[in-house]
Amino acid sequence: MTTVLPNLVPALPEMIMAVGAMALLMLGVFRGNKSTGQVSWLAAVLMLVVMVIVAGAENDKIATFGDMFVVDGFTIFMKVLVLLASALAVLMSLPYLRAENIERFEYPILIALATLGMMVMVSANDLMTMYMGIEMQSLALYVMAAFRRDTAQSTEAGLKYFVLGALSSGMLLYGASLVYGFTGTTNFTVLANVLHGHEGHGPSLGVIFGLVFVAAGLAFKISAVPFHMWTPDVYEGAPTPVTAFFAVAPKVAALALLTRTLFVPFGDMAGSWQQIVIFMAIASMFWGSIAAVIQTNIKRLMAFSSIGHVGFALVGIAAGSPAGIKAMLIYMAIYLVMNVGAFVCILSMRREQGLVDDIDELAGLSRTQPAMAAALAIFMLSLAGIPPLAGFFGKFYVFSAAIDAGYYTLAILGVLASVIGAYYYLRIVKIMYFDEPVGAFEPLKAPVMSMIMMASAIFIVLFVFLPAPLRNTAESAAQALLH
Amino acid sequence: MTEWPILSIITFLPAVGALFILLIRGEKEVADRNARHVALLTTVVTFLASLSLWFGFDKTTADFQFVEKASWLEGTINYHMGVDGISVLLVLLTTFLMPICILSSFDAVKNRVKEYMLAFLLLETLMIGVFCALDLVLFYLFFEGGLIPMFLIIGVWGGQRKIYAAFKLFLYTLLGSVLMLLAMLYMYYVAGTTDIPTLLSYRFDADVQTWLWLAFFASFAVKMPMWPVHTWLPDAHVEAPTAGSVILAGVLLKMGGYGFLRFSLPMFPVASVELAPMVFTLSCIAVVYTSLVALMQKDMKKLIAYSSVAHMGFVTLGIFAANTQGIEGAIMVMLAHGLVSGALFLCVGVIYDRMHTREIERYGGLVNRMPKYALFFLFFTMASVGLPGTANFVGEILVLAGIFKVSTWAAFFATTGIILGAAYMLWLYRRVVFGELTKEDLKSILDLDKREVWIFAPLVVLTLWMGIYPASFMDFMHISVDNLVQQHQAATAAVHVTAAR
Repeated sequence: MTTVLPNLVPALPEMIMAVGAMALLMLGVFRGNKSTGQVSWLAAVLMLVVMVIVAGAENDKIATFGDMFVVDGFTIFMKVLVLLASALAVLMSLPYLRAENIERFEYPILIALATLGMMVMVSANDLMTMYMGIEMQSLALYVMAAFRRDTAQSTEAGLKYFVLGALSSGMLLYGASLVYGFTGTTNFTVLANVLHGHEGHGPSLGVIFGLVFVAAGLAFKISAVPFHMWTPDVYEGAPTPVTAFFAVAPKVAALALLTRTLFVPFGDMAGSWQQIVIFMAIASMFWGSIAAVIQTNIKRLMAFSSIGHVGFALVGIAAGSPAGIKAMLIYMAIYLVMNVGAFVCILSMRREQGLVDDIDELAGLSRTQPAMAAALAIFMLSLAGIPPLAGFFGKFYVFSAAIDAGYYTLAILGVLASVIGAYYYLRIVKIMYFDEPVGAFEPLKAPVMSMIMMASAIFIVLFVFLPAPLRNTAESAAQALLH
Repeated sequence: MTEWPILSIITFLPAVGALFILLIRGEKEVADRNARHVALLTTVVTFLASLSLWFGFDKTTADFQFVEKASWLEGTINYHMGVDGISVLLVLLTTFLMPICILSSFDAVKNRVKEYMLAFLLLETLMIGVFCALDLVLFYLFFEGGLIPMFLIIGVWGGQRKIYAAFKLFLYTLLGSVLMLLAMLYMYYVAGTTDIPTLLSYRFDADVQTWLWLAFFASFAVKMPMWPVHTWLPDAHVEAPTAGSVILAGVLLKMGGYGFLRFSLPMFPVASVELAPMVFTLSCIAVVYTSLVALMQKDMKKLIAYSSVAHMGFVTLGIFAANTQGIEGAIMVMLAHGLVSGALFLCVGVIYDRMHTREIERYGGLVNRMPKYALFFLFFTMASVGLPGTANFVGEILVLAGIFKVSTWAAFFATTGIILGAAYMLWLYRRVVFGELTKEDLKSILDLDKREVWIFAPLVVLTLWMGIYPASFMDFMHISVDNLVQQHQAATAAVHVTAAR
């Protein structure tokens, strides 16, 4: 009798993550809330260690658990991004938790568990694994949104997120069941083969319906228009470090999942999903840019900004080519750094009465805190995609892929949206540099915050001199997905 | 010596200086003084380094020189720098004007000196990079990057409507440029390379050329600026600090003309011929209309800004005449305009620093108190009008000769523009300098000090040199321009032959 135990090696990082998170939970339970700092640092270290283990793995594709779980160059790239974003989110949160007197040890553990869910999402090769990963991630995130349970805003955000998230999960499940019903399988590899055989008469209508529902469910997770409605409210209501976490890691994971779902099982139905993705890309880019113009709250502004950026990343997916996937990967990597940097700045906007999030509070920052103003200006201009900052290269690769694939209209609309978007990013630079100062923020007491801020800014500015490593990694990751 | 990557040194030296300024600490007074001196030193050294281009440039070849190449973004997108006869003088113009700008803002800029100098040095790096870049993506990087320091310079140190002006400049140029970016991506996709020398000999399909040409036109026309997308320029100029105006008029406006010469004309020759009548029409409207608008201005800087638009009309006329005289004339007008309009903005700056107003009505009779100033102002007024013996004359006469061969009507309107130009400039001079000194607050105004004389002196020398012996400048461009014109004619002829079949 052959062994029943599946090959566990590919899932080693996930297992370390799970065991580590549970061990930290025990530690927290025994030592109480005074251990929050300790647990946070250990959680961040855990994530970074797992990141190193993930990055050290072979690029070849290995499947395990009955082909439900894969590891390849693509998953490695995305998991590194997710783990990096989560580790930084933990570190960024700590000063906030202290200052607001909500030091609770569950916080880093929730991030760790959400990260575990994201890692499963990235590696999912089956509709079942996909759903499991999404739910594991989402449940942790719902709790995090409501983490300040004593404020109405935060609980409202959590509830909204939960109700709408459950709705999207429902759509996803419905789509998955349609796909299963019409093809007889939930496995991505088998699905690809089944759908490949349909070349002659095309896939049945049921599968297309299933695909649309699955795509809609995933679009909710990446907050692409028209499934974005929850984003501004949740971003505004959730505690700021939670927003910082929401804006990056879950998006990266959900985009990874969306990419794999579209390209691997439904790769032969590209004609069916490309038009959906193109529509979502255009709608997200424009709505993200236009709606952000009138925002006065910086967290809401970042919410719309993230909607817009998902639109740009979707342009890469819409191109439907390896170059497009590569562009999307580069875009998300740079987006991660820009957003982490921007949120560190937002988390540093603290006055006596607490954290402020009105854009006008930034007025004259260049005179009261020149270093922070310069950093935030760099992040904003980079988000706007102005060369020679890193953000430009993300847009460059995305539009280059769209042109290669012949989507000229999409590319033209995309650059027009980016000009509209440039306006509101510039507005922040204007407020910081041109307006009269309204007084300094409280100085940062946590050196780790300034370090993250500095490191991100340096990366954004100097990326132009050494773009090759990221590009090459993204390229091999994109190829790994399609082979 | 030839092994030195001289172009990279010239390009990035100001950025290194900017880094030093970033590190300056200490008392505000001391830090400001140090920042000023570091900036001046950096720009002077950059200028001296760029003189090696003047002496080392081989005038007998149309090839790119001082070429540097290193792998960068993709296999086919490289860090590729080099200059030819068209760009070398523009590089020198930039490095020459920068120390003057820095020097002129020594007293005028008092708040946030460090940031000001920082922005200017970064701007210099980006401007030189534009003229040296031999790769589309690299060019775009420098071309667009210049917006950031310019946005801050206008927005932080500008006048009353500075924020409006800064946004207008930024969004206008960004909109034009992103369309160009798409065209560049398309060229990369079709030709498989972004290398400019390779693309110069690549023939794009005739019908695609029109679209690409229009996309590039969207960007360069805004930067140039051409009528009717010139409206950002007067706003930006009026609100910019003096040195900002000098750089804006002297160098930034040249990027559009340079872009037409480097990209539109050689890469899309067929479209250039087809669309030349449109350019002529727009340019003629620009020359006549903006000259008339200039006549009516109450603000000195606005007047000079409108005159810049008119002069740039000459440049586009010359470029799209697509013959040797026209193009050489266009380059000469660009260089001359860089010097003269820069100097005129400095002239305005001198009295603005003293009286803090730019309204023409508030002045009059300055010659009584400021004879030295009157002399310099007169000289540059005459140069702007195109008096023989000054740089503008050479350029304008060549452009007229070139354009006359192509279109008599265009030549007619362009000449009208010269007459109108004389009218508004001389009238401006009369109102500001001549007459009785009746205004109370002008009675104590001081003449130029030594620093200001030193700022003007090199500009005078160069303007005269270019006007009296233009050959020492035109020798640089002859071969390159000839080559450009021949290739252009060959390309259009080839299309006509295939069309005839």
